Amino acid sequence: MVRTRRSRLDRKPSQWRIKMIPAATVVAGSMITTFSIITDYPILPPLGLLVLLAWRLIRPGFWPVWAGFPLGFVDDIFSGQPIGSAAFLWSVIFIVLESIDRKAIRRDYWQDWLIASIAIIFVLIGGMLIVDFQTNLLRLDILIPQILLSILLYPFIARVIGAIDSWRVAT
Amino acid sequence: MAPPRNRRPGFSKRAQYSIFASYLLGILGAVVGLLLLLVSFIDPQGFSVLRTIGAETTAPVSKTLSEVGGATGNAGDQISAYFYAASKNAAMKRELEQSRIEILEARALKQENERLKRLLKLDQEVPDAIGMARLISSTASSSRRIATLGLGSASGIEIGQPVRAPEGLIGRVLEVGPTTARILLVSDGKNVTPVQRANDSLPAFATGLGDGTVDIQPINIGTNPFQGGDLFITSGSGGLYSPGIPVAVVIRKNESGAIARILANPAKVGHVVVQPIFQAETVRQIGEDIPSEFDIEGGE
Repeated sequence: MVRTRRSRLDRKPSQWRIKMIPAATVVAGSMITTFSIITDYPILPPLGLLVLLAWRLIRPGFWPVWAGFPLGFVDDIFSGQPIGSAAFLWSVIFIVLESIDRKAIRRDYWQDWLIASIAIIFVLIGGMLIVDFQTNLLRLDILIPQILLSILLYPFIARVIGAIDSWRVAT
Repeated sequence: MAPPRNRRPGFSKRAQYSIFASYLLGILGAVVGLLLLLVSFIDPQGFSVLRTIGAETTAPVSKTLSEVGGATGNAGDQISAYFYAASKNAAMKRELEQSRIEILEARALKQENERLKRLLKLDQEVPDAIGMARLISSTASSSRRIATLGLGSASGIEIGQPVRAPEGLIGRVLEVGPTTARILLVSDGKNVTPVQRANDSLPAFATGLGDGTVDIQPINIGTNPFQGGDLFITSGSGGLYSPGIPVAVVIRKNESGAIARILANPAKVGHVVVQPIFQAETVRQIGEDIPSEFDIEGGE
């Protein structure tokens, strides 16, 4: 109790805010399927993934490599994919991004967008193939609108997450 | 945006080990994810509790929102409608003229049907509806086609019950929670509906393609008797769907069958009706004999 009061006097943001906001926004993004958006084909961008990528690329090293698993697991509960699909795909993304971070010499905005786009394509196609590999392999073209929409939405999500991030660490 | 400095471990053994350990945990996460996937394929219903909890906790939000925004799915249609207004108008006028005649014929047939039924003393054995509700959300970002219904086991909804709208078949109940149920839509790739052609009751199977269409395959393989415009209705075989619910209209032929557009677009229908299983006894027996054929539990 004393500790929290003192930290408030020091005007530091609470640890809860610093630690939990990123995960909370990703879960909120995953829960977008709660809205009554009913479609006949996959079109809604995977917002949980977009938010995750934005945090991961804005703040490399904030999340440990294994963070893709629990966040993906929560996404699976709401997405309708078989449980384990996002848990696996997001883990793979985190491992790959971690090794890119260690190798990369410089990074800029366009590189981030490119990386996010590749990750989005990987997860959407991977998710569709996980559902049914043989039949869906021939029908990947129905994902094109969703992929395009997601890639174009990423910069906007990155902006929003950037704003949330600066609020998160602000005093 | 730039990666933080001092991420290279240098010669410190401790730093190298901690990086190694973090990678190991990451790979472990991926492996556990794969194992979970394997479990969900072996036992599709295994994690249904988790999904039900998720749907139940968010149901109040979904229900409120679905009341507010009635038609979410047809914004694109409304925009494109402007571009084809004139040609569409002409086509609709022709169609209207034709349907008027067909309606008159249908009315006559209906009267005759009722008369014959009275002669045979056939009574409706099953009630028409168990419940009526809105679809409150759907898996719009996944390639599975599953929607959530704002009714659950508290209202008597059970797994396997068919769900329909006035326009046609929507799907069947896949998982049930206390106040929500998950509906496997007709267009889902794992949903196979036994259908028949409306005019000559030619039997066929309709398999979802995930994009609002179904793939129709005739039971007699080798022939391809379908034509554009053929209407397909449920045949009642398998005992799940009661016969005569409209399902889809053929839009084009392919090598072995035809592609048909589903009549009831879940994005546009207001309320849907949950019906009882047509012949519950048959379904139970089929489930015991050959679980794979008409797998009413089948999800993933």
